[in-house]
Amino acid sequence: MRILGMDTSTLMTTVAITDDQRLLGEYSLSVDMSHSEMLVPMIKSALDGLKIDIEDIDLYTISIGPGSFTGLRIALATAKGFAIANNKPIIGVPTLEALAYNIFSECHIVPMIDARRDRVFSGIYKWEENCLKVVKQDDALDIVEYCNYLNKNYDKLYVNGNGSIAYRDIIDEILGDKAIFAPFNLNYIRASSICEIAYERFKDGLIDDVDNLKPVYLRESQAERQFHKGE
Amino acid sequence: MKTLAIETSCDETSIAVIENGRKILSNIISTQIETHKKFGGVVPEIASRMHVENISQILKSALEEANINLDDIDFISVTQGPGLVGALLVGMSFAKALSYSLDIPLVGVNHIKGHICANYLSHQDLEPPFIALVISGGHTYLVDVSGYDEYKVIGRTRDDAVGEAFDKVARALGLPYPGGPMVDKLAKTGNPEAINFPRVYLEEKSYDFSFSGLKTAVLNYLNQMKLKKETISIEDVAASFQMSVIDVLSEKTFRLLKETKKNKLVIAGGVAANSGIRDVFTKKAIENDIELYIPTITLCTDNAAMIGSAGYYSYISGNKSMLDLKVDANLSL
Ligand SMILES: [Zn+2]
Repeated sequence: MRILGMDTSTLMTTVAITDDQRLLGEYSLSVDMSHSEMLVPMIKSALDGLKIDIEDIDLYTISIGPGSFTGLRIALATAKGFAIANNKPIIGVPTLEALAYNIFSECHIVPMIDARRDRVFSGIYKWEENCLKVVKQDDALDIVEYCNYLNKNYDKLYVNGNGSIAYRDIIDEILGDKAIFAPFNLNYIRASSICEIAYERFKDGLIDDVDNLKPVYLRESQAERQFHKGE
Repeated sequence: MKTLAIETSCDETSIAVIENGRKILSNIISTQIETHKKFGGVVPEIASRMHVENISQILKSALEEANINLDDIDFISVTQGPGLVGALLVGMSFAKALSYSLDIPLVGVNHIKGHICANYLSHQDLEPPFIALVISGGHTYLVDVSGYDEYKVIGRTRDDAVGEAFDKVARALGLPYPGGPMVDKLAKTGNPEAINFPRVYLEEKSYDFSFSGLKTAVLNYLNQMKLKKETISIEDVAASFQMSVIDVLSEKTFRLLKETKKNKLVIAGGVAANSGIRDVFTKKAIENDIELYIPTITLCTDNAAMIGSAGYYSYISGNKSMLDLKVDANLSL
């Protein structure tokens, strides 16, 4: 089964093509340019290089969030277009699960995406019998409160993602030796991880409905927050 | 030749199937007005969220209503700008995936040209050259349209767009969003000569517009009346404000027609739905022996059919976009 995965939830644009449990190709670029300009040309370039026709893709998958609101929508709108035009299924994968997938360790894994203004999107994950399990659901969290919570409740933790880079000093100060920072190449979401997670979900019959699939923002828009405050 | 057209520049998610730039096979428009109402205006982030949630359903409806498959489409037309960047990106991303998957060309379309081309859908006999007056919530342009893909901007607003002035005055009058149509409705029973609001013509011979002074004059009038504790007839304010706008729009438009010796006038954009503007321009067109074209009401406001028409004329003029096409929130004509 050929899977095309893509992610534009952070600055990195990443696409990958897998065939069952084999990685055929992966293409990631971090450029300060709109994902919408890069994404489809990158997919075309990857498929051309592999001499695979877009029609031969059996499943489309994207990271569904959290992450950059605009970025999430670019990948999802693109994937919806592909799924409908080619009449193929679509699967949305949690962004943080894909990020946690970078780390294969017995420790708890804490992927973090910078949500700006001293907040991170994060969850807690752990490998059990070669399966990545959710220990704590993804959420938008104040970095200081979150580090205090982690310090109180956990021992050794593996942290990664652009949130762990942005708030490294705070994490260091509160968690000290408890926090193991990932090497820099493990801080970026890889489309191949998204493909792999989607493959497992597909085998379990967890296909999404293209019409109803929407990003998981974990945050209301600013207008809604203000509106609800005023209520 | 059939194009699938996608429009997501503001708060309408719309997809249409258009044949040869003239025939509407389908034109599905999902408006978000009800959602934005409670915020008193369009919230860009919410608009973008709704576009991505609705877009695939709208595509299916558009194909169903046109009774065709995606394989019958010859090229994709998509709004490139101007508009809200996050909103534009949803339609653009979706359009690129369709274009690449179906192996058919992609054509980026200027939203303003789309508004003008709405007239080709409403009026099968209309052909350029003509003068176009584009009036909407975001735009005010006088355009010399010399060919199907030849546009020259002669005049533009230097501050507020016409629709913006309507919305701001509506808000000052305590009317709910969107206020423009409400002002039009109230104006019908008001006296347009009750209050003498300014007509801003700018320099002699200028074809540019300025509506912020007028808006301020209305706000000042309302404040003064409140201070004096006098009762305000909001019908009279609406009618007088609207007439001031119409006077300026019609003076410049008919002067341009005379100067360029054109005998065809096209009005386009959301504010072209305004009945006061329609009435006065219809009367003046007859007086000046001008053929007047205004789209049907549904084609005045944002819709994908107009993007399909503009896309067709752009495409047959040899324009094709690449897959790295960039949305442009401030795309000019
Ligand atoms: Zn418009």
